[in-house]
Amino acid sequence: MPRIARIFIANRGEIAVRVIRTARAIGIETVLGVSEADRDSLGARLADRAVCLGPAPASQSYLSVGAVIEAAKGMGCDAIHPGYGFLSENRDLAQACADVGLIFIGPSPDNLAAVGDKLTARGHARDAGVPLVPGATVATTEEAMRLADELGFPLLIKAVAGGGGRGMKRVDHAGELASQLDLAMSEAAAAFGDARVYIERLVTSGRHIEVQILSDGMQVLHAGERDCSIQRRYQKVVEEAPAPHLPDTLRAAILEAGCAFARHIGYRSLGTVEFLVDVAREEFYFLEMNARVQVEHPVTEEVTGLDLIALQIAIAEGQPLALSQDDIGLVGHAIECRLNAEDIGNNFMPSPGRVSDAWFPSLPGLRVDTHMQPGAMIPPHYDSMIAKLITHGATRAEAIARMRDALRVIRLEGVRTNAPLHAAIMEDAAFVAGGVDTTYLPDLLTRMDTTP
Amino acid sequence: MSGLTREDIDYILRLVDGSDFEELTLEMGDLKLELRKAGAPAPLAPSAEPASTPRPAPAPATPPELTGEGLEVPAPLLGIFYHAPKPGAPPFVTVGDRVGPDSVIGIIEVMKLMNQVTAGVTGLVTEIVAPNGEMVEHGQTLIRVKPD
Repeated sequence: MPRIARIFIANRGEIAVRVIRTARAIGIETVLGVSEADRDSLGARLADRAVCLGPAPASQSYLSVGAVIEAAKGMGCDAIHPGYGFLSENRDLAQACADVGLIFIGPSPDNLAAVGDKLTARGHARDAGVPLVPGATVATTEEAMRLADELGFPLLIKAVAGGGGRGMKRVDHAGELASQLDLAMSEAAAAFGDARVYIERLVTSGRHIEVQILSDGMQVLHAGERDCSIQRRYQKVVEEAPAPHLPDTLRAAILEAGCAFARHIGYRSLGTVEFLVDVAREEFYFLEMNARVQVEHPVTEEVTGLDLIALQIAIAEGQPLALSQDDIGLVGHAIECRLNAEDIGNNFMPSPGRVSDAWFPSLPGLRVDTHMQPGAMIPPHYDSMIAKLITHGATRAEAIARMRDALRVIRLEGVRTNAPLHAAIMEDAAFVAGGVDTTYLPDLLTRMDTTP
Repeated sequence: MSGLTREDIDYILRLVDGSDFEELTLEMGDLKLELRKAGAPAPLAPSAEPASTPRPAPAPATPPELTGEGLEVPAPLLGIFYHAPKPGAPPFVTVGDRVGPDSVIGIIEVMKLMNQVTAGVTGLVTEIVAPNGEMVEHGQTLIRVKPD
């Protein structure tokens, strides 16, 4: 069984630091591939070596399969950890790793093909007996109009190749279908090099609940669910585990559906199956499977006590899971707030720049995953997420109280952040009551705007 | 945000190149950038590593100094750097060769795709820095060229 001695990390920011943390703990060396803009980042300093992949634009550095493969080989690495985003679900990278004898710390190229394209994934979900939102792919406005007649408005346009909320458009009536379709197709072409889009009925009041899957190829386990309903423009802002006020039968059905999908495609790695849940009707629909570690994986780690990155590495090495479903217990409640460098007073404009001060002291039940420290540069080329605050408590109320404390205590100066929004969410009665759906955050923002 | 990126400097260089001016001095806070056109009556071409000691006035003496000074020609991309077009063939350039902006100085292989690397400057090759057949990272110095 190949044991990994040196990992090449093909990512940046907090997830690069997160992977280095586990690698150091289990005695694996790390080499971090950085862009020119990230040469002085915390990850570049913490890794055993850093190597410059290319210029700041991701297309020439973090998204370059060739540069990543050559760098990993040239640095004597035996495995590549792709993090999330960038090349994490790129079949070409996984295949190139297989071709040159590197271990891809993720699923097989076949697994990635099974979930990488929404249409293929839907086909698998149907075959696995997992419920789906009604919808279909369209190529022209005429096709879209015919489908809209069948489904009824509102509709959601999604990029077939997409993920992470990019290329998604909401359409409320027939008048805006053509223009939104054009926009979605051009965005999809620009972001993913694939203009195909998919239209489905928009389930307006739903909760976004996802199942953490762990599979060694023999045994498919779940590590509970996460509720990621607090979103703005399909970007998750706050996540928690477990999902509050979820009836036990519905929870069990969702967890089983997630495992059934993973079993059906012969999944082997860490992954997440996402569902849209209509709690009132006790119904749920398959959204997609993310074949990588999720940004919000720490809330699962906090309630299960597992190190998901360590498990992901062990599975990639070919080790069987040293766990059974009964070994995975949930203790208490965990919440994650994503701190973004953005100006919530100015339409959430990104706020890149130099961080003058960064202080995240230890507090009871607080974990901070970040690459920020005093003097850190937030380049304008990448995602604006700069830190994740994760609190754990015996109860949900305690986790919320600890998050309020954390938001009061921590300091991150020099750039604008969305910390005030998180403070408002943690104080908001609907959030505190728990179980809000994906319309919650837009509503809260409207209320905040109209409240002097 | 302050400071100049490499792209900024490239852009400024193109502006100066296309203008009638021989030199440009730019000061922004702590940063001072001095640019002079090749052929302009100036002691130093723009260099990432300014000489630590003032050099004597350039005498028309021969042979040129071949002691590893000059401009660093950086790798335009990460990959395996090769000195020659194929194994056993003579290298594209050796120390003492004269190169122009479009002279090929080596090949960088990225996943079996061969990318020719050009010198980008006019002058004499003073050092082959990156070894043959080894990985170079983006921006790593490949050779040094003493500009005319």
